[in-house]
Amino acid sequence: MNEYIITQLSIFVNNVPGKLAAVAKTLKDCNVNMKACNLAESTEFGILRAIVEDPDQSCEKLQAKGLIVRKTQLIGIKITDVPGSLYGPAKALGDGGINIEYGYAFTGKKVEGLFIRVDDPEKAITVLQQAGIALIRAAEI
Amino acid sequence: MFWNPKIECMPADQLRQLQYRELKRLVNNLYSFNKFYRDHMKAQNVTPLDINSIEDITKLPFMYKQDLRDNYPDKMFTVPKNEIVRYHVSSGTSGKPTLVAYTRNDLDYWTEALCRSFTAGGLGPDDTIQISYGYGLFTGGLGAHYGAERVGATVLPSGTGNTERQLEMMKDLGVTAIACTPSYLIHLDTTAKKLGYDWKRDMVLKKAFLGAEPWSEPMRTRIQNDLGIKAYDLYGTSEQAGPMFSECEYQKGVHVWGDIMYVEILDRETGEPLEPGNEGEMAVTMLKKEAMPMIRYRTRDITTLYTDTCECGRTSPRLARITGRCDDMLVIRGINVFPSQVEYTLLQIPEVGDQYMIIVTRDGDLDKMVLQVEIRPEAFSDKVEDMIALRAHIESQLKKYLNIAVQVELKAPGELPRFDGKASRVIDKRKI
Repeated sequence: MNEYIITQLSIFVNNVPGKLAAVAKTLKDCNVNMKACNLAESTEFGILRAIVEDPDQSCEKLQAKGLIVRKTQLIGIKITDVPGSLYGPAKALGDGGINIEYGYAFTGKKVEGLFIRVDDPEKAITVLQQAGIALIRAAEI
Repeated sequence: MFWNPKIECMPADQLRQLQYRELKRLVNNLYSFNKFYRDHMKAQNVTPLDINSIEDITKLPFMYKQDLRDNYPDKMFTVPKNEIVRYHVSSGTSGKPTLVAYTRNDLDYWTEALCRSFTAGGLGPDDTIQISYGYGLFTGGLGAHYGAERVGATVLPSGTGNTERQLEMMKDLGVTAIACTPSYLIHLDTTAKKLGYDWKRDMVLKKAFLGAEPWSEPMRTRIQNDLGIKAYDLYGTSEQAGPMFSECEYQKGVHVWGDIMYVEILDRETGEPLEPGNEGEMAVTMLKKEAMPMIRYRTRDITTLYTDTCECGRTSPRLARITGRCDDMLVIRGINVFPSQVEYTLLQIPEVGDQYMIIVTRDGDLDKMVLQVEIRPEAFSDKVEDMIALRAHIESQLKKYLNIAVQVELKAPGELPRFDGKASRVIDKRKI
């Protein structure tokens, strides 16, 4: 697989008090470590999106516990801690006709940046690399 | 005011004699011409010769809603097709409707019942009545229409919807009476206030005949106080003909015309008849019906029957408010909704599981139905917009099958309660 493809786990969470705690308990019981996460919500349900260590095995463990989990391919853009660093990648994607569905920031020990969800990650990787934008490798997280 | 004082004020023993003669004639006729009911009677070892008083009605077998569905469309007819002059159709379960057929006489007795009822509520030639029930397959509109015309009132057949226009006509034409669902009248009230109408200054409305959905005494008090009118409970189901019976000016229960309908109140567990004054399931026998029999028909409605003479002088028995239903059919904004219809609809949608919960509330003036469904894991998406699109798809399918707006909530598999044996998938939180 392309080394720049990052696997995200999306977990369905009912939007009622205590449900996130129940999901978090399952993550703990399955020894799943999150590196970055994001919560999206609708009126009655939420979606916990997470970048975890060993996503394939984590996904299987969580599904075995009865959670609804889906694997999604994201890409990670390296962002430096200076004003304007989002402009380059965002413009490159825009010029390439690629729509960003959603994204969330990540600050790791070795690297920091932004995970984004696009419809065609392979194409986005090509577009960004052609524009000279640095990407996060799955192994760097 | 009486429309038919002889019947309405007939002494109880005379009425029972009359009811006995009607029942005897009806059962003789059915035994000869209706295979369904003859088979029913034979299975219970009863023949017309066993009917020698109105009390003997308890020897006859019950009829159920399921009988109407099983014999859909015409196996229940007792008259040749060329004597049938009208059909009405009510929504049924699993998309299967319930058909009701009428002969000319059936329509006449329906109208006669409403003439007595409307007159008891003070409707007459000086009135202009707005019929804001649905016209068409639903019995409410046409039923009330012919009754009101027969008593000589001026009828404005406005039907449902277009509330602003209804208010404008109500004002311009000097409407004095309305027939509609209680929730629609409250909706009219809310809209009227929003548009700056004042009931006392702009309107001359005096009375309302409200039915086709459950309502309560507190709702009556609110309507009467807010609008400065008298609000009467109008009762009747399509199996009986349609809206038929209503209250007199004393508002002490719905007067049932005993020559047309014989009422039994049954113990909910045993099906044994109860004495007047006790609450139970109502079974009705339509003594005049020709096109289709309706004998000891279990309405599933829970109510109480009173047989004392009313303050108005009428001796006819009176029904208390319907306090509930035996099964879980829901009446939402005047439309019958069966959980089985919901089930049927969900079966057509591969993205959802078969567990569901229905929660009914009253949102302001209108009933609101929320349906919780479990999504299948493979239908789950990390994108909120996909999930919202799925929810909208389920809502539009439900709207198509149930004919009412339903708010859908998506749940994870295993989130909704599972039931052993009889499921109770309905939570009705309406305070009515």
